[in-house]
Amino acid sequence: MKNTVYLDYNATTPIKPAVVELACEIMSAVGNASSVHSHGRHARKHVEGARQQVANLAGVTPGQVIFTGGATESNNAVLKHFTGKRILVSAIEHPSIRNALPDVEFIPVTPDGLLDMDAFEKMLDEGTPPALISVMMVNNETGVIQPVAEITRMAKAKHKDIFVHTDAVQAAGRIKIDFPALNVDYMSLSAHKMGGPQGVGALIAAPGAPVTKFIHGGGQEKRQRAGTENVAGIAGFGLAAELAVSDMENYQRLLPWREKLEAEIKRIAPEMKVFSQNAPRVASTTALCLAGLPAQTQLMSLDLENIAVSSGSACSSGTFKPSPILLAMGAGDEDATSTLRISMGWATEETDIDRFIEVWTKIYERACEKTKQSA
Amino acid sequence: MGFAKAPKDTRVVVAMSGGVDSSVTAALLHEQGYDVIGVTLQLYDYGDAIAKKGACCAGQDIYDARRVAEERDFPHYVLDYESNFREAVIDDFAESYLKGQTPIPCVRCNQTVKFRDLLDVAHDLEADCMATGHYVQRLINEEGQVSLCRAVDDTKDQSYFLFATTQEQLEFLRFPLGGWDKDITRQHAQRLGLMNADKPDSQDICFVPGGDYAKVVKKLRPEAERPGDIVHMDGRILGQHKGIIHYTIGQRRGLGIGGGHDENNDPFYVVTLEPDTNRVIVGPKEALARDVIYMKDCNWLTRGCTDISVKLRSVSKPEKATLYQKEDGSAEIHLHEPQYGIAPGQAAVCYEGTCVIGGGWITETKNKHYAQAA
Repeated sequence: MKNTVYLDYNATTPIKPAVVELACEIMSAVGNASSVHSHGRHARKHVEGARQQVANLAGVTPGQVIFTGGATESNNAVLKHFTGKRILVSAIEHPSIRNALPDVEFIPVTPDGLLDMDAFEKMLDEGTPPALISVMMVNNETGVIQPVAEITRMAKAKHKDIFVHTDAVQAAGRIKIDFPALNVDYMSLSAHKMGGPQGVGALIAAPGAPVTKFIHGGGQEKRQRAGTENVAGIAGFGLAAELAVSDMENYQRLLPWREKLEAEIKRIAPEMKVFSQNAPRVASTTALCLAGLPAQTQLMSLDLENIAVSSGSACSSGTFKPSPILLAMGAGDEDATSTLRISMGWATEETDIDRFIEVWTKIYERACEKTKQSA
Repeated sequence: MGFAKAPKDTRVVVAMSGGVDSSVTAALLHEQGYDVIGVTLQLYDYGDAIAKKGACCAGQDIYDARRVAEERDFPHYVLDYESNFREAVIDDFAESYLKGQTPIPCVRCNQTVKFRDLLDVAHDLEADCMATGHYVQRLINEEGQVSLCRAVDDTKDQSYFLFATTQEQLEFLRFPLGGWDKDITRQHAQRLGLMNADKPDSQDICFVPGGDYAKVVKKLRPEAERPGDIVHMDGRILGQHKGIIHYTIGQRRGLGIGGGHDENNDPFYVVTLEPDTNRVIVGPKEALARDVIYMKDCNWLTRGCTDISVKLRSVSKPEKATLYQKEDGSAEIHLHEPQYGIAPGQAAVCYEGTCVIGGGWITETKNKHYAQAA
């Protein structure tokens, strides 16, 4: 077996060893967090401890944190609370925002992948005042950091009753998250994008921000979200959140590697384009576009060499589709289907990048050879 | 497979439809140690085609192919070929009906999406060959010439659908099931524990669920369903039709004009479809007799044969005929015995013995005796 290189952290991150250990340990102990006896109390302690850890990640109080089955659920819950009202979301949101309700309006983005503030202002000024705005902190495909604080400021200056939600899934562990400073009302988080387990996330709500009961049943999560807690998952999430904060400085080591990657690829293929290269981005993500070299071919060839990357968000269940995010940024169909997303994280090493460059170069040269032959 | 290297160093891309045949092909080659890569094409929007709300992305067939690959543990990819398929196959299918023809989309698909586009991907993946689950045989003669021949299992033979395969494509292709009958394939499916071992064979055109092709054509070309006259060959108007897309040459049932054309009450048949005048011409069975066939866009694996047998639709038997190949890609076939109900748009596939020498698309037919153009 050849060495595997995993460069698809924005799809899911490897779980940090301490998190695996903790979750396994909790899984081997019995206990329902709602039970009165000592087993129940132990389970409950893990859940509440995790709530504190997740609250610390976002700079909120534990009472503001509702655990969910993942960010898709959190995103859905927020949008559905505003059913029937005017909702504006950025055109580059995750499908769990874009498809949560049938009639959300899309705020355009610039070719650099940043929210188009002029267009946004116009949408705020025209028509019925919107009830909810949702703009992600960091885009999953380009890594662009959106000016959420500024967006909130503009929205709330124009309409004091407006609510603002941010999907912070790709921000956690990459950049500092300060819920109060962003002045948002809701935030979604996902454990598996920050070294935690899959199937657990959180919805954070500002004091007084309404949340509709979104799963009915027992009294868990302050009666908002019924169902026996995923105790091991939640505890793992808590630890992952704590580590996301403490490891964040370490995260900056990725920046020179990304710069090296982009520079090397551009040296080999000068026609290569990096999406959003001039916008503020997190250090871990790059979207490389080489028009005419289909991402699906690159992805398969890389996979057969045990290198895992992505051609966009993995929502379309393993098939290859032009990325709606890149299309929203004004990319043509060819560019959008010729873009590879490389995303790094806590366990990435420089040799991973070297190996990627080595294998990618071979794929590129083969494609050039073929073009020459058919010409 | 004909490679001078070990199976593990031989990369085989297997086109997997999700059916039993291609699943067995892939699983067997993998079992034999080949470096197998399964590829399944997403050809159309399944949710849209089966008009089922909420069906997203992958249909059952894609799911089945993926599961087989997962269980057998070889790489598998789903490629989005919706736009290629739409352009190369579905649009052509609708267009053909509008022209009063009876198309065979499966051949178009083999000719374009599968053996052109997918084969290209196989080359990109540095495959040594591409294998499919088709029931045809690929034989090599003493001079090393590769030929395409009927399957051993006559009831399963798919050579008709592959007539457009070029020599170059044929050299790269492998059909491991062509020497078997279906029972053996099923036995292997059981033995390998494939989860789709009992899946029935597909009968329909893949994007026409339930066989209601007129519905698909109407959806693509809403103007297609224009009512018009059903006219007797002698010029009498006998009734009204719902649109020529609903009719096929040789069709007898469902004309809705009742009665017969003579004292014996012999039934009427569709003899000609006239897209220009939007008329359906009907007549007695004898009027369908044809012994000259004109073809275009021919593909020849062998040139120079004249004494051949020809299949004029997928389910019919080969008929003795004389072939005249022309330089411009067209050809003419003279049947030894007249045949009935030959539909333009279908393929005329020529055989010498059991081997395919090539074929083309039927454009026009004639009856030498009456010298009557149709």
